[in-house]
Formats: sequence, structure tokens, C-alpha cells
Amino acid sequence: MYDKNKIVTGLVIFVAIVTFPFWYNLGKASSVPEPKLSEKAKAAKECVVPKVDMKQEHMQILDLWRDTVVRDANRVYKTGKGKTFNMSLSTGEESCMGCHEDKAEFCDKCHNYASVDPYCWDCHIAPKEKKPEENK
Amino acid sequence: MNEKYLYSLIAVIALFLVAYAGVEAAGLQWLFGIIIPYLAIITFIVGFVVRVKDWACSPVPFAIPTTCGQQESLPWIKPSKIDNPFSTGGVIIRMALEILLFRSLFRNTTCKINEGPRISYVWEKWLWLFSLAFHYSFLVVVVRHLRFFLEHVPVCFQILDKIDGFLQIGLPGVMLSGVVLLAAAIFLLLRRILISQVRYFSLAADFFPLFLIIGIAVSGIMMRYFTKVDIVGVKELTMGIVTFRPHIPDGIGAIFYVHVFFVSVLLAYFPFSKLMHLGGVFLSPTRNLRCNTRAHRHINPWNPKVKVHTYAEYEDDFREKMIGAGLPVEKEL
Repeated sequence: MYDKNKIVTGLVIFVAIVTFPFWYNLGKASSVPEPKLSEKAKAAKECVVPKVDMKQEHMQILDLWRDTVVRDANRVYKTGKGKTFNMSLSTGEESCMGCHEDKAEFCDKCHNYASVDPYCWDCHIAPKEKKPEENK
Repeated sequence: MNEKYLYSLIAVIALFLVAYAGVEAAGLQWLFGIIIPYLAIITFIVGFVVRVKDWACSPVPFAIPTTCGQQESLPWIKPSKIDNPFSTGGVIIRMALEILLFRSLFRNTTCKINEGPRISYVWEKWLWLFSLAFHYSFLVVVVRHLRFFLEHVPVCFQILDKIDGFLQIGLPGVMLSGVVLLAAAIFLLLRRILISQVRYFSLAADFFPLFLIIGIAVSGIMMRYFTKVDIVGVKELTMGIVTFRPHIPDGIGAIFYVHVFFVSVLLAYFPFSKLMHLGGVFLSPTRNLRCNTRAHRHINPWNPKVKVHTYAEYEDDFREKMIGAGLPVEKEL
């Protein structure tokens, strides 16, 4: 082999980069997050759409809701079963956060795991921070 | 229709059907989600190393750097230090510009025959522009995917996500790199199909990786924006692979396995194809040699050892006899 030192150095760097995820995770136990449902959510039993769809499409539902509320002033969402919900992320008992009260346990668990940083909370206030104001 | 791109297209469609039917009909999630990805990674790494090793074992008999400027010679002639690098530093700069900015492609011209007939060479930067867009967006897409392979994703990757999605269009936010990757790959494909001269020298091996990469991009975009998959389930699977505790979570759609199968095929195909220019660009003797042929002799490493008898040795052998015969010698007794 010619230029052995350079070739071997290059190949070692290549293999180190390609196998980065393998050695980065060495010795770390991977834990799959399970979002915790609040007592209220458990009691309600069903969300606006079935759990499987909610898991995959909640961001699009929220996006659609935001546009519907802001542009059409329509705040009522009717599920397939005829139940109505208030289209809101964090205002009132009927809203998303009204039922899923704990952002850290419900939203953040999966978002952190998948390294997703949604911009919901750029404008909205998380329920926990809201409480002191309510007490006034 | 040109059979070369038709065959490649059919091959990619067949791969799609194999993965889709394998998961949907036969339930072979473990095959497409675990076994094939592992085999593909091993093939990629081992194949890549063996290929580079083979190249490193081929001698370079001549100094053949391409010279794109004045070579270093007499002190009053100004040399071109990067385009005709005389020193190792110059070679490093030249290689860096080649690898990071595709400088030789930037020189691309197109040939036209005008009235007369007179030939003219015209500025042609589109190939360079779209190649650069293609490679960098592909790099960003690959780096972004590390979020599926690392637990506690380092901040730098999160920042990259933020920059890539800074337009905040829709939800989930549009990632620019994915759009650019698909657009550039389609440009590179159309170039090969629509320009008759390029179509003439394009082979099935040129079309296949393009169709495959377009397939990867389309399946990825479908998953992120349209058909949707369970991302937490996907990460559970990918983390299983990189921590060597593979398992298949329930409820991941077939499109995900199609995506993974396409990527696995690309990885396994990589060392045997033109895609090896990833490693080859570092080893091209027309770029990585110094242009110092006037100052230093390049010795062919495969030159056989020739037994020589120099004049000095000849004189040593016959000095006394030479002096005795009155012949002049360089070294007296």
C-alpha cells in the first residue's frame, strides 16, 4: 500500500464518523417515553380523534384549529361521534391543556425524546405558569 | 423511451414493491427493519474500506496533476499557487476547494457551434450550482436524521433543525434541505434525460442512484408531511439498532420500511458504484499531487530494481590497470 499512514488515518476518520451513533450511545440505556395521562384525561377516555391518529397528526390538527379560529372565528370542533370541543390549546376546561394538564409529563416527554421543539409556547402560556394568575 | 433509465426506474419501483409487500402482506418487519439495515451498514463500511485499500495499492506511475495555471519555475515568473500547487499547503487548499466547493465543476463550459461554422464555449454554471445544492442538502438531511440515532440529541443538531426549518411553513415545519434535495436530484435527473449528448453517455448506473435518492426523498417527505408515521415508534426502532438491542415496535406504517429499505439499498450499493467518488475525490492523483515535476523527480513505484555498475565502481575495479595503460582516472591510487 502506498501512503499507508495517510490512507489509514483517513479510513479511521471515515469509520469513526459513520459509526458515530453506535459509540455515542454506548452504555446509555434507551428508554422509550410513555406520556402520562392526567386523571381528567383518563376519565374522559377519548380525545378529539382516536389515539393512533392523534399520535401522528396532532400537530396538523392544532395548525388547522389555529387557522380556523383566527380566520373564521369558529371555535367549535365536532368529533365524528357528535361530541363538541372548544378549539383552543390552553384556554379553558374544554381546551387541549384543560384536559392534558401537565405539559412536562404529556407534551415534553415525546418531544424531547424525538428532539422536536414546537413553537406553541412561543405565544401560549403553559398551564403551570398560568396558575398563580388564576389565584388572584 | 431510453432503456437505460427505464430499467433503473423499474428497479426502484420493484424495490418499493418488495418492501411494501414484504411489510404489508408478509409481515416481514424484522427483515426490513433490522436484518437488512444491519447488513447494509456492514456492507457499506467494509466495502468502502476495501475499495479505498485497493486504490491505495495501485501505484501512481507518473506525476499527473492537472495544471490550471503557471507552474513554479524561475523567480521572475509568477506562479499560480493554488491552480498549480508547488507545495503541500497549496495542494491542501486546492483539495479543500475541490471537495467543499467543487471548483473544477465551476469551470464547466458548454460547447456551441455558431454560424460560420465557428465554435464557442459558453459559461455553464447550472450543473455546478445544482450539484452543490444537492450534496449540501443531502449532508444536512443526513445530519438531521441523527436525531433518530442519538439519545439526548446534542444542541448543535437541534440548532441545525432550527435553521433548516426557520421559515416555519406549516406543521410539521417544512425543512428546506428536504425540498432542495428533491429539487436538485430532479434537476440532475432531467439533465441526463433531456440533454441528448448527456443522455447518450448516461448508463443505467447513472440513473439508478438518482431514482433511488429521489425515492428516498419522496418517501421521507411523504412520511413527514403527508401520510405520517409514529415518530416515537420510529425512534424506538432506530435506537434499538444503534444500541444493539433491536426490536420492532407496533404500529409503524409500511412507508417507513420502504424508506429504510431504500436507504439500505443505497448504502449496500455505495461501495460498488460511482457513488464511491465520496472516497475517490480524496485519492484522485490529478488533484492531490504537487505540480513540482521540474524540481523533483517522480519515481514510479513499480520500477524494477535495475542492477547498475557506475563509473566510480568501474574505476575502482580497474584503477591500477587504467593507470598502467596511461588512461586518465578521477581518483588517483
